[in-house]
Amino acid sequence: MPPPLRARASNRFLRVVVNHLATAAAIGSTILVMAPLIAIFAYLLFKGASSLNFAFFTQVPKPVGEVGGGMANSILGSGILLAIASLMGVPIGIAGGIYIAEFGRNKRLANMIRFTADVLNGVPSIVMGIAIYTLIVVPQKHFSALAGGVALGIMMIPTITRTTEEMLLMVPLNVREAALGLGVPNWRSVLSITLRTASPGVITGCMLAFARVAGETAPLLFTALGSQFWSINVNQPIAALPLQIYVYALSPYDEWHRLAWAGALVLIVLIVVSVALVRYVAGRGILKGAS
Amino acid sequence: MNSQTQVPRVAGQADVQRADNTTSSGAEPSPSPVRAYLLSCGSSSLADRAFSALMLVCALSIFAIVLLILVELISGSKLTIQKFGMSFFFGSAWDPVNGNFGALPFIYGTVVSSILALIIAVPLAVGVAIFLTEMCPDWLRGFLAFFTELLAAIPSVVYGLWAIFVLIPLMRQYLNPFLIKTLGWSGIFAGPNYGIGMLAAGVILSIMILPIISSLTREVMSAVPHAQREAVLALGATRWEMIRMGVLRNARIGIVGAIILGLGRALGETMAVTMVIGNRPEIARSLLAPGYSMASVIANEFSEASDELYLSALIEIGLALFIVTISVNALARVLVWAVTRGAPVRGT
Repeated sequence: MPPPLRARASNRFLRVVVNHLATAAAIGSTILVMAPLIAIFAYLLFKGASSLNFAFFTQVPKPVGEVGGGMANSILGSGILLAIASLMGVPIGIAGGIYIAEFGRNKRLANMIRFTADVLNGVPSIVMGIAIYTLIVVPQKHFSALAGGVALGIMMIPTITRTTEEMLLMVPLNVREAALGLGVPNWRSVLSITLRTASPGVITGCMLAFARVAGETAPLLFTALGSQFWSINVNQPIAALPLQIYVYALSPYDEWHRLAWAGALVLIVLIVVSVALVRYVAGRGILKGAS
Repeated sequence: MNSQTQVPRVAGQADVQRADNTTSSGAEPSPSPVRAYLLSCGSSSLADRAFSALMLVCALSIFAIVLLILVELISGSKLTIQKFGMSFFFGSAWDPVNGNFGALPFIYGTVVSSILALIIAVPLAVGVAIFLTEMCPDWLRGFLAFFTELLAAIPSVVYGLWAIFVLIPLMRQYLNPFLIKTLGWSGIFAGPNYGIGMLAAGVILSIMILPIISSLTREVMSAVPHAQREAVLALGATRWEMIRMGVLRNARIGIVGAIILGLGRALGETMAVTMVIGNRPEIARSLLAPGYSMASVIANEFSEASDELYLSALIEIGLALFIVTISVNALARVLVWAVTRGAPVRGT
């Protein structure tokens, strides 16, 4: 027999109680989620800042047992890897975004590319590392900074393509028509009118991709490999900040743990500052058109 | 179809084409005939064609990358595919010395740690999304949203570092003894209390996938029209009933998509898991026992793999991981699009 449709007083009371319970649960889960997240930041700042010193930025790692040493070579190595990655990922990513937004609107091909980019974004980075290992490291017969940079660069492409596309779609059609009406060739109009109008957003997208690969460790494990020495040769194994943090975190030495915390703090600060800085500069229009 | 998408051609042809296209597509703003004419003539048509071809090549590179990964992984794992066939995925022996490889312990570890992560993360993530979209005061929402975004920028290795030095000691001291005492009889929480192990991997994974699940859920929930909420409230519903009937029910497909996307992240997560899961290729009943995952066996043993068969086995694990995550992500994207774009997948 179906229940009567009339609302009874007890029913009403129950509903109010459930409502309050649900509200409490939502607030409680928010607090529960924020707690470990704040703890991560607090530990990073606390442990990292207390371990940072001048030597960290100027010295290479010391052998086991010796106090001191730093990660200067890892910072440099990360810089080189990210430069290679950006040189490869940024132009290809932006060009891909231009194709989807400007030439492929409503075409099945463009939709497929967009979808593939989204899916590629979720491919585990370690798989990318294996692919680059068999593609570059095996034929060359040695690990190299180049292989690491290419692995990171490939990971940047889908992110940049998608954000560039989204930003270009926000540019009104009238802007393009005005340019064409003045007799500007289409390619020129795309590059110096449409892309330029969208450049703050495009740059932000590039920085997000950059920040994401800056902390990647897995694809570097068997491409760049890591190194304890100064190296700027792109054909040789090279140190990277995330790799060094990984090695030191798993080591049994307190001194190395200390350096790992310091490295983690430096990595986070580099990522956050570079993103914030470029956002700020791009927002002020100084970099407009620089992409 | 947009006139800009057309390669410039002889004026007469372009006119015929355009006439067809303008009538067939109603959604796009109608392209101006002047623009089509301007594109079709002039000295720049060659440059335009070259430019659009160059952009096309770059866009196609995304397909090329997927194909390249697939080809490299398949050719790299030929040896074990031929030697073991499907039994590779059902064997539980991992014996590099004698050349006997079975991936089951790693598959088990990946699946169990990811499911644990989902069990912990999903209710919390949905709770956070509900709080942020339906209850939160404006000033707090901005801060919390920014903070969650920031968490997505933290590298996996830093999560691992934090887990080793903060989370695991806490679990060893408080959580695990409690679980052993209260639920030890079930066998799921039993055995020696190392701290590291499957449960630790699940917990750190849940912290890592929480931001993505909650931000996507939030997006999907905000896509539900306000009229839905107002209609349910007008019938006398409490706020929770409004959320349950008006919002969650409408957004459920998208929320499932967000959860699956989080699952995809968890399956492929490498560094943090490698640092806390214990790295022992065994299938243990207890969640407190050390395990191993597909991504972490690759990370740990790839550079030590001496002979070809060993390497091939590791690459085949990578291939399996690639295919699984690609399918999981594709499914998730289709579900999220189904809600946020109103139609299953935007067609032609």
